[in-house]
Amino acid sequence: MNVIHLDMFDLGMAALLVVLLAVLSLLMRLQLERQILISAMRTTVQLLLIGLVLKTLFASSNLFWISVMAMLMLAVAGWEVMQRQKRAFSGWWGYGLGTLSMFVSSFATAVFALLVVIGTEPWYLPQYSIPLLGMMLGNTMNGVALALDRLTSSAWQQRAVIETRLTLGQEWSEAIGDISRDSLRTGMLPIINAMAAAGIVSLPGMMTGQILSGTPPLEAVKYQILIMFMIAAGTGFATVIATWLGARRLFDRRQRLSLYRLSDSGVE
Amino acid sequence: MSTLNVIELAVLDIQPVSFSLHPGECVGLSGPSGEGKSLLLRAIADLIPHGGTVRLDDEDCNTIPPAQWRRRVGLLLPESHWWSDRIGDHFPVREMDRVAALGFDERVFDWQVSRCSSGEKQRLALLRLLANQPQVLLLDEPTASLDPESVARVETLIADYRQQSACPVLWVSHDAAQLARLADRQLRLEHKQLQGQVA
Repeated sequence: MNVIHLDMFDLGMAALLVVLLAVLSLLMRLQLERQILISAMRTTVQLLLIGLVLKTLFASSNLFWISVMAMLMLAVAGWEVMQRQKRAFSGWWGYGLGTLSMFVSSFATAVFALLVVIGTEPWYLPQYSIPLLGMMLGNTMNGVALALDRLTSSAWQQRAVIETRLTLGQEWSEAIGDISRDSLRTGMLPIINAMAAAGIVSLPGMMTGQILSGTPPLEAVKYQILIMFMIAAGTGFATVIATWLGARRLFDRRQRLSLYRLSDSGVE
Repeated sequence: MSTLNVIELAVLDIQPVSFSLHPGECVGLSGPSGEGKSLLLRAIADLIPHGGTVRLDDEDCNTIPPAQWRRRVGLLLPESHWWSDRIGDHFPVREMDRVAALGFDERVFDWQVSRCSSGEKQRLALLRLLANQPQVLLLDEPTASLDPESVARVETLIADYRQQSACPVLWVSHDAAQLARLADRQLRLEHKQLQGQVA
């Protein structure tokens, strides 16, 4: 089975549905029509642009440009992690914490998958490496953002408990232990649930895409399993790294709870 | 037998303070709210950044690992906080003498924290702190929410502990009569200055 090529007319037909939705919004006074149309435009332009980038990248298969692309994706993911936190760490830590843990975890897992599991030639073959990294980062980003947000907001709310535990002679890691574990669970649960529900409740997008483009279902399924495992491991490790570093950062050299290191924390 | 030396301790806008707590001595600390009595105590326990030096006998605070320092210099915070559901989970060791001295029996360890009154929790927090065998006690309003009978029990318990271990006590209170009754001498924090700093 071959891929059926879509032409502009096909996409235009699909766009008609979105326009119809916008008209419906207008008639029902939902005031969403502007947003619907602008978002639809953004999807078109952004995806076309990334398509062009990928086309060039795939054609050249140049390690340098692939690295630049990978770093760009990481940079955006790191920014996103910071944006999703109510009380991020102030200064470089706010950006660096999530970015570093995602870098270590996502890149290590993706390179492992490329080198050892899939065995592409060369290992950085962009048709594999870029989508793989993209999926890794997308999910890791969620896990890290959730865990860090939980960590910092819980520490903020339970500062008195943490300080009480410190006065009783507990080490920082013990004083914030419950909160750390809670944050780890929060970060990891979505991907664990996704693994449990895959195929029954939801058909994962990647697999669906592969099947649509003509891959035999069982091949698509194997790739989906691989991706699921990679994402779970990558998210888990990144969450552990980010939570540990974040928890450590909440205490200074003398293990004093240092909430002034969070943004929006006011004067301590 | 420990002596706590506080030398030029500086926190926020409080004038640097110096004083000593000698073995077995009870020193009262009073002053209007918001002057920074609690801040001073937290600084001595190394819970907040501070200038100056705090020494326990000949050991500088900075040379002792922080958790160990806080174990030795026990700070009782004015409000008690609990992290586990059961009271017993917060106690590494259970000393029945002291439990009885505060009017509880061994069943207290099975109590749910959420069902304790604030007075019960305050007394239990003191027991929890004493279980660490601190060498110095910093008490931030330890009897503020207690009924007269419990106040007497707490005062007796601390006096006993002070005698047994020759532990110096710094006692913050708004109750002038209580300090007059208990303290060997008194310090007063007012206008951001500590008065009565004679060591």
